Amino acid sequence: MKALALQSEGPRGSRPERPRPVSGKLVLRISQSDHDLIRREAERSYPHECCGILVGSASGERRAVSLVVPCDNTRSDAPERRYSIDPRQIIDAMKLGRSRGENIVGFYHSHPDHPARYSATDLAEAHWFDCSYVIVGVEQGRAGPTQSFLLAGSEDSKRFEPEEIQIRPANAPNAI
Amino acid sequence: MATITLPHEAPALNNEEVLRYSRHLIMPEVGMEGQQKLKAARVLCIGTGGLGSPLALYLAAAGVGTLGLVDFDVVDFTNLQRQIIHHTSDVGRPKLQSAQEKIAAINPFVKVVPFETRLTSDNALKIFAGFDIIVDGTDNFPTRFLVNDACVFTGKPNVYGSIFRFEGQASVFAAKDGPCYRCLYPEPPPPGLVPSCAEGGVLGILPGLVGLIQATEAIKLILGAGQPLIGRLLLVDALGMKFRELKLRKNPDCVVCGTHPTVTKLIDYEEFCGLRGQEKPVTTGGVPEISVEELKQRLDAKEDLFILDVREPHEYKICHLNGHLIPLNDLPKRVHELDSNKDKEMVVHCRSGGRSAKAVAFLQQAGFTKARNLVGGVLAWSDRIDPKMPKY
Repeated sequence: MKALALQSEGPRGSRPERPRPVSGKLVLRISQSDHDLIRREAERSYPHECCGILVGSASGERRAVSLVVPCDNTRSDAPERRYSIDPRQIIDAMKLGRSRGENIVGFYHSHPDHPARYSATDLAEAHWFDCSYVIVGVEQGRAGPTQSFLLAGSEDSKRFEPEEIQIRPANAPNAI
Repeated sequence: MATITLPHEAPALNNEEVLRYSRHLIMPEVGMEGQQKLKAARVLCIGTGGLGSPLALYLAAAGVGTLGLVDFDVVDFTNLQRQIIHHTSDVGRPKLQSAQEKIAAINPFVKVVPFETRLTSDNALKIFAGFDIIVDGTDNFPTRFLVNDACVFTGKPNVYGSIFRFEGQASVFAAKDGPCYRCLYPEPPPPGLVPSCAEGGVLGILPGLVGLIQATEAIKLILGAGQPLIGRLLLVDALGMKFRELKLRKNPDCVVCGTHPTVTKLIDYEEFCGLRGQEKPVTTGGVPEISVEELKQRLDAKEDLFILDVREPHEYKICHLNGHLIPLNDLPKRVHELDSNKDKEMVVHCRSGGRSAKAVAFLQQAGFTKARNLVGGVLAWSDRIDPKMPKY
């Protein structure tokens, strides 16, 4: 499951890992409608992998999604098992995020007939540290569990850490 | 295929119109039926500036039967670099008059409905009621939010375009199943993030490009042809000459067009944007000031004044008052350069007096109690003291 090979701005990429505060619970806040949108995209794309960009804001262990940007899967050679987002769309999404006073906080993709768990390839191809990687499992065309993982560490020793997905009520402010 | 419902009977075309639109009529995608739809259509153009100029010209040329124009501004020399509906001879005239004349010259069959007024929450719904499509050619966020909300409430599509420097955006908002502007921007961007054309500049041809995209989208909606930019944000990169797009989804939680909207009537958009508003007018009140006349007098008397210019280096090259240049954003870290002049009378200026007012406020707090803002900046100096100084 190929992820992206583009570095973001800011302190990402190869750098010493930031110490994790003691409270340590990683949270991704997202509205019900955005959560549903990702799952609908996953079902719509089946049996291919869908993919997209999450725009919002982050602070410490918490990320909040305010905009989901569906993207085309440019892996036309193996879209059932691999995904890739055009780097120029990443730049566009970043600019759009900045115009909203926000930034890219993560990505999503789906696993057709495969668990919502990152693969070795997912990890190898992920480079956006402190960003959330949301995966939707799709069984026979129906969206199953959605999981989220935060990319932590550095290029030399990176890992995904499980992240809790919190659904933000419809009229709640989109605070982290 | 998205289309709008035109409530009017298909108007006939006379022989002159048939000849005029022959290149449309021979296309099966337009034909007589399509041209009649164009003639029956009523399109409202908000603004006759950078985006509105090419938009209005091409919609008129294409035969849109009724063109509403909303603009209360006057033609300025700085407009001529891009607002091509206005000519040099129009400087000083109301933009609406200038635009009406050019439209009549291009196509006398177009009915122009002028609104020489600011679009407000008090008049927007009434104005929009008489049109089928709204094209947003504005350059400020309060109006963009007002146009969007009014389009959602009246059920009219909002053909959106925006420009900045070398980049542009275009989309069609507020269509029935598509997102509205607030799905993309629930709130105004943070202050200072998006400068105006006057502050950041714009490549003159860019609004031509984006305005034409808007005109194209309006015509596609009228004809029911092609795939309009509903749910798509077109990104124009003029320097790379690349056109890309991002997918936008209607937000079910949108406060205006969502399933449970909380904004159900037009609000005070100046206040809405002013809460975090980069559009808020800069006031020079509260800081000590000096007029250009007084400065001239004191310079002629060879008084020991220190002139600080807080513009950018490229502006200094256009014209200057022999001031010491420290751009406003650099002032905090370079203020120590002024320490030896702390006891001197200091006159701070920029182009029009806005940035220099902020600089004086900062300097006063930093102990430069004799700093004063030159009201009107180099523009006022050119107007009233030295007309040979170029204005920009």
